[in-house]
Amino acid sequence: MSAAPSTAMQHGLQNCGACGLLSLPAPGVEKGHCPRCAEPVAFRKRDSIQRTWAFVIAAAICYIPANVLPVLTTTTATGTDSDTILQGVILLWSPTGWPLSLIVLIASIIIPSAKIAVMAYLLVTVQRGSIRNNEQRIRLFRTVEFIGRWSMVDVFVDTFTAALVQLQPLMSVEPGPGLFFFAMVVVLTMLAVESFDPRLIWDAASEQGVHYG
Amino acid sequence: MSRSNEFYNRPVADLSLVSCHNCDLLQRLPPLASGGSARCPRCNEEIRRRREDSLHRTLALAIAAALLYVVANSVPMLGLTVVGREASTTVFGGAMQLWADRRDTVSALVLFTAMIAPALQIGFMLAIVLGALRESPRRWVGVLLRHHRLTRIWSMIEVMMLGVLVALTKIADYATVVPGLALFVLGALVFVLAAMQSGFDPDEVWERIEWAADADVASEAAGTVLPQA
Ligand SMILES: [Zn+2]
Repeated sequence: MSAAPSTAMQHGLQNCGACGLLSLPAPGVEKGHCPRCAEPVAFRKRDSIQRTWAFVIAAAICYIPANVLPVLTTTTATGTDSDTILQGVILLWSPTGWPLSLIVLIASIIIPSAKIAVMAYLLVTVQRGSIRNNEQRIRLFRTVEFIGRWSMVDVFVDTFTAALVQLQPLMSVEPGPGLFFFAMVVVLTMLAVESFDPRLIWDAASEQGVHYG
Repeated sequence: MSRSNEFYNRPVADLSLVSCHNCDLLQRLPPLASGGSARCPRCNEEIRRRREDSLHRTLALAIAAALLYVVANSVPMLGLTVVGREASTTVFGGAMQLWADRRDTVSALVLFTAMIAPALQIGFMLAIVLGALRESPRRWVGVLLRHHRLTRIWSMIEVMMLGVLVALTKIADYATVVPGLALFVLGALVFVLAAMQSGFDPDEVWERIEWAADADVASEAAGTVLPQA
C-alpha cells in the first residue's frame, strides 16, 4: 500500500513555474516571488478557472465565423470564388491530394474543436471536484498542449497561397474574413491552455487523501 | 534584512525536494546520472532529465540555427511560373501580402510566429548559453531563461513548413511551382531547432545562476520534512 499523496501546497510550499524551485511564502506576503529567478509564485495559477473559461468561450464564439466565412477568395477571368475551410478541404480531396486534404481537415477542423471540447471538459470536471480518471485527464491536457500549435497550418497555407498567386489579370487569390476568426481561434485556444493549471486536476484527490500508485 | 527581500519567498533547506509541476506531488529527487531522468510517481510527468554536455551542444546548435535562420529569411522560399510569368516570395513577403490585403491581425500573427518568435527563441538561447558558460552567470541569464518557454511555444517554423508544402501542392494545380533555396534551409532549421531544444538542460543553468534574492534570504532556508512512504 502506498501513502496518500501529499502536495507542496499542503506543506505550504510554492513551486516556481519557471525554475522549479520550492519556496515558502513569507508570513503576510500576498504575492511572493521565487528567490532564485524572481518569477511571481503562487500555490496555483491566479484565477485559472475563470481565465481559462473566458478564453474557451471566446474561442468557441470565433469558431463559428471561422467556419462559415470564406478564408480565401480566388478571382479568375471567369469570376470570383470564395472558399471556407471545409470547402478548401473538399477542393484538395483527390486521388493524389487526399493526404494533404486530411492534414488540413485534422489541423483546422478536428484539432481546434477537440481542443475547445477538451478544455471545457477539464474545467467542468475540476469545478465538480472530480477525482476520477485523473491520469486520462492529465494525458488529454498534455495532448492538447502538444498538438495545439498545429492548428495554425491553414493560416500559413492561405497566407502563402495568397502571397504567391498574384497574377493579374489572369488570377489572384485574396485572404477572406474567415481567416481572421480562424487565427483568433488558434490564439485563444493556446491562451486557454496556458492559463489552465493542470495541478487543479489533482487537488480534489489530494484533499481527500486518495491513494495512488 | 534589506527591504527588497520582503517579496521573496524563502527556499526550502533541502534542494532535492521538488514538486511535480503537473500535479504538485511533493517528492525527493534522487541523484541523477548524466542522461538519466526522473518521473513523477503519481502522474508520470518527467520531472527532470540530465543532459550530457548540454551547454556546449546547445551552443553549437544555436549558432547553426542562427546561420540557417539568416539564410532562410534572405533568399526566396518559393516561386511559381505560369504562361511565361514568374512570381516568388519569402516568409516576410507572405506576411506583407496579407498586410496589403488589409488582413493586419493575421499578418502580424504570421510575422510573429514564423519570424519574430523563432528569432527570439534562437537569440535567447544563444544569450542564455553564452551567459551560463561564464564564470559566475548573472541574473539576466535567468530573466531570459524565464521567458524562453514562451518564445518556444509561439515559434512555429515546423507548422509553417507544413503549411507551405500544402500551399505548394494546392497551387501546383494551376501553375508550375519552383521550390526556393530557403525552403530547404527552413527544413534543416526545423531539425536543428528541435535538436537544440531537446538537448538543452535548463536545470543545469538554474543551478549555476546568481540568485535573485540576496544571499541572506537564500541561506535563511525553511526546513520541511517530507513524510516517508
Ligand atoms: Zn506529477
